[in-house]
Amino acid sequence: MADLSVNLGGISSPNPFWLASAPPTNSGYQVMKAFDQGWGGAVWKTLGVPVVNVSSRYGAVNYRDIRMMGFNNIELITDRPLKDNLKEIEEVKKYFPEHAVIASLMVESREEWHQIVKDVENAGADGLELNFGCPHGMCERGMGSAVGQEPNVLETITSWVKEVAHTPVIVKLTPNITDITEPALAAHKGKADAISLINTIQSLVGVDIDQMVPYPIVDGKSTNGGYCGPAVKPIAQNMVKNCAQLEYGRLPISGIGGIENWRDVVEYLLLGATNVQVCTAVMHYGFGIVRDLESGLQQYMKDKGFQTVNEMVGKALGNVTSWENLNLKYKIVAEIHQEKCIECQLCYTACEDGAHQAIGLSEKSRIPYIIEENCVGCNLCSLVCPVEECITMERRDNGQEQITWKERTENGTIPTTFNDPLAGGRDHWVPDPKDAFNKE
Amino acid sequence: MTDFKRPANPQEFEENFEQLHPIMNATQAHYESSRCLFCHDAPCINACPTEIDIPLFIRQINTNNLSGAAKTIYESNWLGNICGKVCPTEVLCEGACVYNHQEVKPIEIGRLQSYASSVAINRNKHLFEKALDNGKKVAVVGAGPAGISAACELALLGCMVTVYEAKELPSGLALYGVAPYKILNDTVLEEVEYLQKQFGFHIKYQHPLQAAEDFEQLDRAFDAVFLGIGLGSTRELQLEGESLDGCWGAVEFIEMLKTLQHKAMVGKKVVVLGGGNTAMDAASEACRLGAEQVVLAYRRSKDEMRAYEFEYELAKSVGAVGLWNVTPLAILGEEKVVGVLFIETRTIDKKLETIPGSDYTIDCDMVIKATGQNKQKALVQLIPGIQTDPSGRILTVNDLGQTHNARYFTGGDAMNGGKEVVNAVAEAKVAARGIHQYLTENQG
Ligand SMILES: Cc1cc2nc3c(=O)[nH]c(=O)nc-3n(C[C@H](O)[C@H](O)[C@H](O)COP(=O)(O)OP(=O)(O)OC[C@H]3O[C@@H](n4cnc5c(N)ncnc54)[C@H](O)[C@@H]3O)c2cc1C
Ligand SMILES: Cc1cc2nc3c(=O)[nH]c(=O)nc-3n(C[C@H](O)[C@H](O)[C@H](O)COP(=O)(O)O)c2cc1C
Ligand code: SF4
Repeated sequence: MADLSVNLGGISSPNPFWLASAPPTNSGYQVMKAFDQGWGGAVWKTLGVPVVNVSSRYGAVNYRDIRMMGFNNIELITDRPLKDNLKEIEEVKKYFPEHAVIASLMVESREEWHQIVKDVENAGADGLELNFGCPHGMCERGMGSAVGQEPNVLETITSWVKEVAHTPVIVKLTPNITDITEPALAAHKGKADAISLINTIQSLVGVDIDQMVPYPIVDGKSTNGGYCGPAVKPIAQNMVKNCAQLEYGRLPISGIGGIENWRDVVEYLLLGATNVQVCTAVMHYGFGIVRDLESGLQQYMKDKGFQTVNEMVGKALGNVTSWENLNLKYKIVAEIHQEKCIECQLCYTACEDGAHQAIGLSEKSRIPYIIEENCVGCNLCSLVCPVEECITMERRDNGQEQITWKERTENGTIPTTFNDPLAGGRDHWVPDPKDAFNKE
Repeated sequence: MTDFKRPANPQEFEENFEQLHPIMNATQAHYESSRCLFCHDAPCINACPTEIDIPLFIRQINTNNLSGAAKTIYESNWLGNICGKVCPTEVLCEGACVYNHQEVKPIEIGRLQSYASSVAINRNKHLFEKALDNGKKVAVVGAGPAGISAACELALLGCMVTVYEAKELPSGLALYGVAPYKILNDTVLEEVEYLQKQFGFHIKYQHPLQAAEDFEQLDRAFDAVFLGIGLGSTRELQLEGESLDGCWGAVEFIEMLKTLQHKAMVGKKVVVLGGGNTAMDAASEACRLGAEQVVLAYRRSKDEMRAYEFEYELAKSVGAVGLWNVTPLAILGEEKVVGVLFIETRTIDKKLETIPGSDYTIDCDMVIKATGQNKQKALVQLIPGIQTDPSGRILTVNDLGQTHNARYFTGGDAMNGGKEVVNAVAEAKVAARGIHQYLTENQG
């Protein structure tokens, strides 16, 4: 069995699977139960001056028969008194000394920050996570994302905490910002030990079209919330990658956003996260999902020959470059494997209406065929095809040549005027507009 | 041995005849509709005789636009709920679903269709607006699936429609013929009632047209006539003993069953003669009524049976036993049936012949002849000009269902010789449009 233990900026845990600060870490009972089932760490539900919450609090985006593909909440930080939380942290640490218990914090003044840091460290917390991310409710009071969106303020508060903290400090970032690396660098300047991202994305998850109120509805009114769940993973991964690729000021990363299975975990690790945090998937399916996370990660590491989690971290980063460095000579085209085709013709419709009219239908058979001259290799047909491996993308260039946009810019061979003969699509065949009337 | 106890009350009857395609609940419908791939030029549409835009109504179910889904269905097929339950979907829409190529269970199109249309029926959704009265009067003869479909379509197009029906209830064989485990009588009647409310056509029950004068009267009172008269009684076998007590025609036996329900009579030992779907139904039904032994006897081999594979499997699953390559020589008994004298057969050079000396008797107290229905030849002969083919099917002069008598159109079993409900619905809709076109062209 591979060694799954990790160390994030000085905080060690038996595995990379942490619960994110959220309802699943609201109480000692839940955290103990999670550790008992296999989670390696937990970031406690954010502590501070307790709040008053509303009901209802959540909304969801369901996609066809899949529930909670996206999830939205308007909850605030903990509504439980600090002393109860401290007592429970102490208790958890007694039973699980090797596990990571991180106190998530959100207060206002320097004095309050100093006090609460001392309190949670006394209770036995292994680290601190500063919640500069909450995009609703708290930011209106000058906390949460109001801090995360102001790199200077973020840096100042981080340094307040570092004045007194004896345990490592993680700064949790909000994605509600244009360039995620700005707050990431501010955290570095404030001497944080690590960053975690992303917190939720400001959102409305839909509108009740009878009552004409967005969800979730609180006595006939609603407000924006924070979006999370599988739907946000692509956004979060891009941000993690951006922070992981920083040449100067890079901090260890705890990856968060839409993680539900072991594959998601592997992806985050490959993109440069040292460990991961999970919220929505646990709210949906419970702590038990950690069994799949663990067995899947173990199997993957075995298959790929990784001994420790750390060896994997960032392994995909070298393969993420900017668009201008991609090889313009690389050419793939779609190929339909007739024996697998179930004759749904979804590829035909997609290419015909949504791409490049490179798929044809014949009288004799329902199986579509590729018109290779028209195929630009966009992938769309293979993405819509419901059959695994029925449409594959096959390489057509000779594999020898390479030219990038950057190189062409340097050579002066890029299109620069509106009707430039160097345009990529210049000789690409398109049907006559009037042909549209001859189609069914 | 069959597995059923004789039903003693309506509840036991319902249990024995448990619905094969129960109405889905909203969650089932949502999950099932989510599976649809929304194929281009979807094969399911082409496989449906009424060409319902199936992917569209499935998407409408999925987005909780149930009225929209029902409208999509009814636009193509006036008996959306009935068809969803009684169509042999295995060989129609569901048989064409591309999932079959992947060995994935095809979409349950029939059940989704019934789900959406039954919601519209239960909520009494008024989905269609009739065209303004065009002053044309059309008579529809027969309130079976063909007649009802024609009546709806004609009313939609603005014609004044009167339906003449011999029996006291509408729906023809959809009510008196289709097996009770496919659909309940009430469900059939509710859909017709729903349509009648929406389209306001009048049905005159117990009003058989049976004499030449009846048709002359029609000609005087109406501008055109649709004939949806279906088929007649079970064909005679010309066998000794056919008139014995206990010897039934399948159509008559099933009508008795559908009418008397748990009070229907059945023998202890039943022999069903035939290899078509009606034979399979009758055998299934005899089993479910509590017959102890049901033998399905067919004169050719198992593979040559006309019945759909799944219909045979269904009969077999409730205890009917197949007996192939035998043909009856006589039905035995004094007053009541006591057995059937069979002789074995074989096929030589594609010709069926009996094997001399191979005759034997099977004891039974009921014989059900599922050997086809007569055509309504005598009735049709009362109408001047109309022609039939040698087998008695009404002939048409074009694909609009127009007969050799230009004022008469037809569709359904009377024209196609006996197919399914959905064919009758489809053909009658086309004929109704044909009538409308005919009446519009002959305006002056
Ligand atoms: C036993 C059995 C089981 C079947 N099971 C199925 C099934 O599971 N699924 C399926 O899709 N199809 C099934 N069918 C076939 C289906 O029922 C018929 O194809 C369909 O009902 C034909 O409709 P129709 O309107 O043409 O004729 P019919 O249903 O026969 O209707 C004709 C109507 O006209 C009336 N009529 C006849 N003559 C006159 C007259 N002179 N004056 C006034 N009224 C008259 C009759 O009373 C009747 O109401 C089954 C048929 C049988 C016999
Ligand atoms: C392949 C692709 C290319 C796009 N190109 C453009 C573009 O050239 N200009 C633009 O304004 N938006 C472009 N968009 C964005 C779309 O117009 C749209 O804003 C976006 O996809 C969100 O809408 P949707 O997710 O509902 O489709 C593009 C989107 C896609 C998927
Ligand atoms: S890859 Fe794109 S362009 Fe090529 S056939 Fe598929 S959809 Fe069309």
